[in-house]
Amino acid sequence: MSAGTRAPAARPGWMEKPRPVTQGAKAVALVAVVLLVCVPFLVIVSTSLASTDEVVANGGWVLWPTEPSLDAYRDILDGGIVTHALGVSAGVTVVGTLLSLACTVTLAYALSRPGVFGGRPVLLLVLFTFLFPPGMIPSFLLVKELGLLDSYASLVLPVLVNVFNLVVLRGFFQGIPEELYEAARLDGAGDWRVLFSVVLPLSKAALAVVGLFYAVAYWNSWFYASLYLESDHWPLQQVLRTYVIAGSGLTDATTGEGTVTAPQTVQMAVLVIATVPILLVYPFLQKYFTKGVLTGAVKS
Amino acid sequence: MERKRFQSRALLLLMLPGLAYFLLFHYGALVGNVIAFKEYVPFDGLWGSPWVRLGNFQRMFEDGAFWDSVLNTVWIAVLQLVFFFPVPLALALLLHSLTWSTVRRFVQSVAYLPHFISWVIVVALFQQVLGDTGLLNSSLDGMGLHTVDIIGDPDAFRPLVVAQVIWKDAGWGTIIFLAALAQVDEQQYEAAAIDGAGPWRRFWHVTLPAIRPVIVLLLIMRLGEILSVGFEQMLLQRDAVGPEAAEIIDTFVYYQGIVGGDYGFAAAAGLFKGVIGALLVYAANKVAHRLGEQGVYK
Repeated sequence: MSAGTRAPAARPGWMEKPRPVTQGAKAVALVAVVLLVCVPFLVIVSTSLASTDEVVANGGWVLWPTEPSLDAYRDILDGGIVTHALGVSAGVTVVGTLLSLACTVTLAYALSRPGVFGGRPVLLLVLFTFLFPPGMIPSFLLVKELGLLDSYASLVLPVLVNVFNLVVLRGFFQGIPEELYEAARLDGAGDWRVLFSVVLPLSKAALAVVGLFYAVAYWNSWFYASLYLESDHWPLQQVLRTYVIAGSGLTDATTGEGTVTAPQTVQMAVLVIATVPILLVYPFLQKYFTKGVLTGAVKS
Repeated sequence: MERKRFQSRALLLLMLPGLAYFLLFHYGALVGNVIAFKEYVPFDGLWGSPWVRLGNFQRMFEDGAFWDSVLNTVWIAVLQLVFFFPVPLALALLLHSLTWSTVRRFVQSVAYLPHFISWVIVVALFQQVLGDTGLLNSSLDGMGLHTVDIIGDPDAFRPLVVAQVIWKDAGWGTIIFLAALAQVDEQQYEAAAIDGAGPWRRFWHVTLPAIRPVIVLLLIMRLGEILSVGFEQMLLQRDAVGPEAAEIIDTFVYYQGIVGGDYGFAAAAGLFKGVIGALLVYAANKVAHRLGEQGVYK
């Protein structure tokens, strides 16, 4: 059952012809929804492409730049603090996603097999953490005691496996017909072989969704960075928070100069750069929503 | 039997990394909650610090700022329940009623998108649109009208955070309602229509009864989570409006512990929230089961 994908049939015969007023109201509502989502993005992209003079003259923002230029992007991608933060974000996202996927897949697979030794207690152990998270202070002290402060590992290890993603994958693995397992086993395949040659090839859609969920979470994460890392190791979102939301000055870590507030165009360019990867992976993520991977999980 | 044991060993090995993670970073950290009964002395560390029994909790219960944060949390949660909760439902009904599937899929895609945008960006976007020099105020200014201070005004903070949650998650929230709507038997609509029921009566007598279980379930679960409102969202904006408006239990823990270094006291507040929160979620599940629904866990 996928979300809202009733057959794309036209209006069924028994349904009365909608009144023009209803049609109009619906159209207005739909346009409003689309505009509410899109206009803020349009504003930041346009402002980032405009010249500083134009932005100032217009009072802080531009809806459509008269002379678009990439100056703001050239400024921040010139090897300064934003460039570095971009590298940190990309690295943490790629490495974190791979590690998380590996640990989630293996645990979900083991927990999806009937009669595995200790399966039931381990599952309860995992689900209980959902009900009762350990809390911010104990987690912080643990990371500190483990000596992970100011290491990139502190952004990945404490959030390595997400319970929701684990449950999604486990449910998906359980949905694979038992006959396929049996057949592989008759061919002499052990559990590892079954995982790699039967389960994973059949689970591409679920793996894609869970992988993209992890990637988005790592890319968007900023709080742990503010908690565990020194400012010269910050990822993009935390840099963004400091310079755009808090309005602090841009101190260039490499040259050590300049604590003036970054111009609006530059701030907006940082905002765009932090958003673009999400917009790029979104169509792929979107493609799988309709395949019902998620709704099945939401229900379980 | 022999083979079964062999397979089981391979599975145990596969289980190991994930299990180790949960044991260390959840149960290991959980044990760290003993700090709530101690006074943290940096030099002595977690285990060497002296016990103060319930001293931290006593201080907490006598601290007006703590109760203010509890009150703020519940207030914001209730406002979200009243003003956010119906929006995904309404949007889902609207989307479901569209017969033109291309349009429906397009609007759905656009509406889901903000869910994947980080809170940092959402808050920054709201600043750009509603801030001092944002879209709204410069337009008002340009038309010779009074500007409105929305971002920095503590009185406007509650409506603002509700609006942000609606912008970010209303579209995403439609998924579960759309799934429920898709399961309504089309023949029931047809039968009702043949019996002369108009669109409103069909909605009232077919649609609503069919999706009521989902609505009730989500409402109960949301009540169970009444002590949890967006921590990142509040933390990002607390400086702009001050703690009176924006302090929730989680930010209280953050400022007392991480910023103030009073780990024992902050952990006590966090543990208080954790225990009450878990009890509420547990109770909510019990109620959901009693009403014959599935609950989040069994």
